[in-house]
Amino acid sequence: MLDIKNLSASIEDKKILENFNLNIKPGEVHAIMGPNGSGKSTLANVLSGRKGYTVEGKVYYEGNDLLEIPIEERAQKGIFLAFQYPIEIPGVNTNIFLKTSLNAIRKFRGLKELDALDFLKLVKEKSKKLKIEEKILSRQLNVGFSGGEKKKNEILQMTILEPKLAILDETDSGLDIDALRIVSDGVNSLRDKKRSFLIITHYQRLLDYIKPDFVHVLINGKIVKTGSSDLALELEKDGYEGVSITK
Amino acid sequence: MKQQELEKAKEYKYGFTTDIESIRAPKGLNEDVIKFISNIKKEPKWMLDWRLKAYNRLKSLKEPNWQKPKYPKINYQDLYYYSAPKSASNKPKNLDEVDPKLIETYKKLGIPLQEQKRLNGIAVDAVFDSVSVATTFKDELTKKGIIFCPISEAIRNHPDLVKKYLGSVIPITDHYFATLNSAVFTDGSFVYIPEGVRCPMELSTYFRINASETGQFERTLIIADKGSYVSYLEGCTAPMRDENQLHAANVELVALDDAEIKYSTVQNWYPGDKDGKGGIYNFVTKRGACRGKNSKISWTQVETGSAITWKYPSCILQGDNSVGEFYSIAITNNHQKADTGTKMIHLGKNTKSKIISKGISAGFADNTYRGLVSINSKANNARNYTQCDSLLMGNKCGAHTIPYIENKNSSANIEHEATTSKISDEQLFYCNQRGLNQEEAVSLIVNGFCKEVLQQLPMEFAVEAQKLVGISLEGSVG
Repeated sequence: MLDIKNLSASIEDKKILENFNLNIKPGEVHAIMGPNGSGKSTLANVLSGRKGYTVEGKVYYEGNDLLEIPIEERAQKGIFLAFQYPIEIPGVNTNIFLKTSLNAIRKFRGLKELDALDFLKLVKEKSKKLKIEEKILSRQLNVGFSGGEKKKNEILQMTILEPKLAILDETDSGLDIDALRIVSDGVNSLRDKKRSFLIITHYQRLLDYIKPDFVHVLINGKIVKTGSSDLALELEKDGYEGVSITK
Repeated sequence: MKQQELEKAKEYKYGFTTDIESIRAPKGLNEDVIKFISNIKKEPKWMLDWRLKAYNRLKSLKEPNWQKPKYPKINYQDLYYYSAPKSASNKPKNLDEVDPKLIETYKKLGIPLQEQKRLNGIAVDAVFDSVSVATTFKDELTKKGIIFCPISEAIRNHPDLVKKYLGSVIPITDHYFATLNSAVFTDGSFVYIPEGVRCPMELSTYFRINASETGQFERTLIIADKGSYVSYLEGCTAPMRDENQLHAANVELVALDDAEIKYSTVQNWYPGDKDGKGGIYNFVTKRGACRGKNSKISWTQVETGSAITWKYPSCILQGDNSVGEFYSIAITNNHQKADTGTKMIHLGKNTKSKIISKGISAGFADNTYRGLVSINSKANNARNYTQCDSLLMGNKCGAHTIPYIENKNSSANIEHEATTSKISDEQLFYCNQRGLNQEEAVSLIVNGFCKEVLQQLPMEFAVEAQKLVGISLEGSVG
């Protein structure tokens, strides 16, 4: 699914990721944990195509050179990024945004575009499942949303767009326990043999709800340790400083 | 070469020319040309006298120069003031007699004139250069007593109405372009809605400039008698030419007691090429008089075309409790310029006005909102709400907001809000990450920005206007 080989990324001479390697197979859930400034968000940004980074190395997504693919095409091909700070777009109705997005992706995949009626039915169903209040969907995109509402909205978008690879960039930060549950329900409901997740988080807490197949510890732009979900518990106990730099 | 043409066609798909034999007035502006126009339109003498009066007045007027977009001096003697397809010189009695070339032209523009192919509920008057070539659904409207016809026909067939109202909102002495129009106007629409009648369909006029070196001088007059209602829409396109062409229109609206007029414009004149060569000068005077009590006039404009757009659709709120509204989207891209807004003149008691203006500027364009809210000393309890939002794309364009407020009554309530914002890279990235390409993203964000205005358009046109908003800004983000 995703094969990252010797990936380095820098902003204005400042190296953030250095010789980063990671292989995600279909159906796997990988968690990346690390302290602030370790390069977690940079990884999410580079994979989704955000501009401003100087990137070296190779990333293969379904066998194709991901770094050569335009941002929107990455999304159309199934890469979804749940933003750490979802962007406000005044005047744009959340429902309309989501419908436009879904149809752009469906069109790319050769599926019939949904009309307003079918779309609303789908949204109703998904938001009910996630216990997300439907009324946020008729508001302007992320405008005036609370932190929790913004994150829930990201997860709702994810469940509707049904990506192949979902990257969650610190989606859990700043959430209360109920919102955290909604986020993890969203992820868990989508988990299957084909869909992969890359969950970026600062805290172990989220991993109480989403059980990853692998946990990687990212420090100074490199994975310093990889383990099972137990590694997260270790980290919680000993902190990042306790991670021994042996593989 | 072919590739170039293709690209040009993508930029402005209405830019083709119809090869049709025309009758033209001799070049230049003089009494003989005015007589030629009046004569070919078979006008009564009073109309010619009216024109000549305007022409004499024009001689003592100077072209205004206070506007922000400057343009090279127009040589008024180097223009044709009348051009019409030969086949239309005797107005065809019905659609079967209309020159197939013209039918084809309007079909290409997306305006099928055959009634059975029209969307139900929209009647069209089609103006080609200086003449109306077809008006649809006339019979159906006549049954309700509604008059919807070219103004040149109204001058012959309904002289009393025309005499009473023409020039009553925009006097022939008003200003340079209004006076010029009064002297040489050629065609446009005339609408009369009788007392108590609610017009059962949208009325619309489609203006097309085809001939080169020709000015188009549209004249439209809409009268809504007591307790009546009408919704009217105009659309405009022109071929791509390297020269600038002038469209100087006068539009007058009159709403009597309890009447309502909704006037919408989707203006898509040729904007000129990427380097600012060519395009239409859209210098238009539009004014509505809410003459009766409880009357209402609502202007909605979507201005995406023209090299220069210079117009202030206004309301004179004379009747007590009358309401004036102005909803505007002005989009300027590349080297386009716009100086547009409105005037709300509160004369009657309890009069209300609302101004919502959305200006979008991209490329090297310059966009100015200029508006006047004037409250007369007798206009007790007048209210105005103004909101002007500007959206900038890139860092080489400009946006300006120039509101004028004149208040002579202490009971007035006037609000003004203005914002300026930019489409951020973050917003674009967010949209891209959800599968939208750059153009779809811009279109979505801009449509969101304009939503309050787009909502005012008749439904049939809202969708088209939305698309137009997207297309006008194509290529504006790197």
